Amino acid sequence: MGSAIEVEDVSKHFRLYHEKPHSLKERVILLGRNTYEEFWALRNISFDVAQGQTMGLLGHNGSGKSTLLKCIAGILRPTGGRIRKAGRTAALLELGSGFHPDLTGRENLFLNGSILGLSRRAVSRIVDDVVAFAELDQFIDNQVKHYSSGMYARLAFALAVHVEPEILLIDEVLAVGDESFQRKCLERIKQFQREGRTILLVTHAADLVRQICDRAAVLDHGNLVSLDDPGPAVAVFRDTLLKGGLAVPPEAVGTPEYDPAQPIRIVNVGVEYPDPTREHLWPGEPLRIHVFYDATERIDDIVFSLSITDQHGYWLVGTSTGALGTEVPFVEGPGTVVFDIASVGLLDGVYDISVGAHNKLGGVIYAQREQKDHFAVANSTLNHGLIHVSATAHHLPGSSGVGDADGLTHDEP
Amino acid sequence: MSITADRTTLDSPIVDAPIFDVAARPGPFTRIANMWRYRELLANLVRKELKVKYKNSILGFVWSLLNPALYLVVFYVVFEVILKSGIPNFPIYLLAGLLPWTLFSTALSAGTTSITSNGALVGKVWFPREILPLAALGAALVHYVLQTTVLIVALVVFQWTPSAKYAVALVPALAVLIVFVAGLAILLSAVNVYLRDTQHLLELALLAWFWFTPIVYPYRQVAGRLGSWAALLLLNPMVTVVVTFQRAIYNHLTTDNGTPLLPRDGLTWYLRNIGLTFAGATALLFVALWIFGRLEDNFAEEI
Repeated sequence: MGSAIEVEDVSKHFRLYHEKPHSLKERVILLGRNTYEEFWALRNISFDVAQGQTMGLLGHNGSGKSTLLKCIAGILRPTGGRIRKAGRTAALLELGSGFHPDLTGRENLFLNGSILGLSRRAVSRIVDDVVAFAELDQFIDNQVKHYSSGMYARLAFALAVHVEPEILLIDEVLAVGDESFQRKCLERIKQFQREGRTILLVTHAADLVRQICDRAAVLDHGNLVSLDDPGPAVAVFRDTLLKGGLAVPPEAVGTPEYDPAQPIRIVNVGVEYPDPTREHLWPGEPLRIHVFYDATERIDDIVFSLSITDQHGYWLVGTSTGALGTEVPFVEGPGTVVFDIASVGLLDGVYDISVGAHNKLGGVIYAQREQKDHFAVANSTLNHGLIHVSATAHHLPGSSGVGDADGLTHDEP
Repeated sequence: MSITADRTTLDSPIVDAPIFDVAARPGPFTRIANMWRYRELLANLVRKELKVKYKNSILGFVWSLLNPALYLVVFYVVFEVILKSGIPNFPIYLLAGLLPWTLFSTALSAGTTSITSNGALVGKVWFPREILPLAALGAALVHYVLQTTVLIVALVVFQWTPSAKYAVALVPALAVLIVFVAGLAILLSAVNVYLRDTQHLLELALLAWFWFTPIVYPYRQVAGRLGSWAALLLLNPMVTVVVTFQRAIYNHLTTDNGTPLLPRDGLTWYLRNIGLTFAGATALLFVALWIFGRLEDNFAEEI
C-alpha cells in the first residue's frame, strides 16, 4: 500500500510582530523599529500516512497541529519541505469550512461542493443525503448566519463525508454537536475506514485517538515528539501536557499558599510512579504521593488530607490520614506523610492533587496546597470512559436467557 | 499504487487531484491551468457575488443600471447644458466610453478586496485563490452586459448607427480590458491582504484615472495639445480601450462644426494599439500571478 499523505521535512516559520502594521501609515511609522519574534510553528516534521490509514495528530494548544493540518490542506504554505497527497481531499478545519453567512445552507452546499471539485450535477445528486445526514431539513433554505454553531458543524461534516474524498482532514470538528450527532459522525468515520479512505484527525481528545486511529503523531512546540501506535503516543502526549502543567517558576514551588502566621507549611508534594522510567501510570497501577511539611511549632491536633480532581475540577477522591485510620500523634519540624494508593482506577487524563493540613474536626485549616501537583494516567486498554474497572467478558452460545424461567441463573457448575 | 477508493454515488469529479506537492509554489502556467479546472467554482462564486450584493435589496439588479444612468444625467447636465461641450448626441458618446470604464473600475475595486472579504473561504479550504478576484471581474462583466442594454436602448431612441467596420475591434478591445483588469486585480488583491490601505488608495487612483481617460471629453482635445507627444496617452491601456469603443459605437470623428473628437486613423491603428496593449496586459498578468503566488503563502494567517 502506498502513502496517501507524505510529509517530508516540513517547517513553518512565522514572524510575530509585536505591533502588527496593517496599513501603509503604520508601516511607515513602525519602519525599522518594529520588533518581531521569529517563531517556528513547525520544525522538520516528517511522516507518512498510508493509504486507508487513520492517523491521529495530538498536541496541546499551540503545538502546531492545526498549522500542520492547514499546510497539508494547502491553505498555508510551509516555509520548507514537501507535502504530497494522493487523492481528492476534503478538509474540515474548525467550524464552518467556508460557508458564506449571507447564502442559504443549500446555496452554500453548491458553492462548497464546487470548491471541493464537484460539478453542479454531482452536488445536486447528493444534496438530499447531505441535508438528511445533517438533520437540517427545515433550515436548509435559511441563511447560514442564522445557524447555531452545532448546525454549522453538522452541515460541514455532512458535506465533507458525502463528497467521498479519498483523504479526509478533520480538525476538532467532532467536539461540537450533540452526542447523537457525534456518534453518527463516528459511525461515518468508521465506514470511511472500511472503505479504505485515509483520515488525518487533529484533536486533543486522547480517548478518540485510541478509539479510531491506527497510528498517532504527537506534536510539542512544533516538533514531532512521537509517531507510534495510539497507546504509547497518547502516553507521550500526556507527558508533554504534564511538562506544560509543571512549568511553574521554581521560586514559587512550595510557597504559593504559605501563610507565615500558620505553624505549619506544606513544602512540596512528590508523585512517585511505579515505574520511574515513565511519567505516567497505566490504569490500575499503584501510586504513591509524598507530602513534605515543615512545622515551626508542635501541633498535636492534626490530620493530613488528600484530594484528587480531574481537569474539569470534578472531585474524584477525598481521603485523609484520619479517614484511613493513620494516627499522626503530633508534628514538629520537618516531616513527610505518604499516601499509598494500591490501585488507581482511572482511565487517561491528567489529575490534580490537592493536599491540606487541618485539625481533626476540620474547622482549623493550617496549610493547603491546591491543584499545584499532578499525575497522569495513560490508557493502555481499549476501554473508554472515566473509571478503570477490571472486567472480563464471556460468550455463551446457544443460551439467550430469554424464555428460560430462571433467566440468568444458568451458571456453569 | 492505487487510489481508487470506490466511488459509489459520484461519478468522477471535475477536479481530480493527482499526487502533487501541495507545498510547492506553482508557476503561472500551472496557476492558469488550475483556474481552468476550477471554472465551475468561478461560476458559482460569480453567482454568489451577485446574490449577496442584491440580497435584501428591493430594486436588485436595477441598481446596476441606475449607476450609469445617474452618471449620464449628471455629466449631460454639466458638460452639455452648463459647459456646452458641443458633442452631438452626448449621451451616446458618454455611454460608449463610460460602460467599459465602469466595468474596469468596479472589477478592480471589488477584485482588490476579494481576498480579504472572503476570509471565511480562504482560511478554511484550498482552491486557486486567484478565482476570487476573477469572480469579482465576472460579476462586473454581468453588470456590464446589463448596462449595455441601456446603451442599445439609447442607440435605438436616438436612431444612431454604430460603425460596422470598427465593430470588429470591440471584441479584442474587451478582451484586452479583461486581461488587463484581471492582472491588476490579482496583484492588488494579494497586496491588500498585507496592506489594507491599498483599497483606499485605489479609490483615489481610480478617480484620477477616470479624468485622465477621455470619457467625458474627446481624445483629440488632449491629443491635439500634446502634438507629437500624443502617443504617450496610449500608455494608459484604458485610453486604447475607451477610444476603440467610442470609435465603433459613437462613430463620429468631429462635431457638426468640425471640432475634432476621435482619432482619424484607420482600423489598423486601433488594432495595433489593442495588440500592443494586449502584450503589456498579458505580461502584467504573468507578473501578477508570480507575485500572487509568493504572497498567498500566508493569506490564511493574515486575514
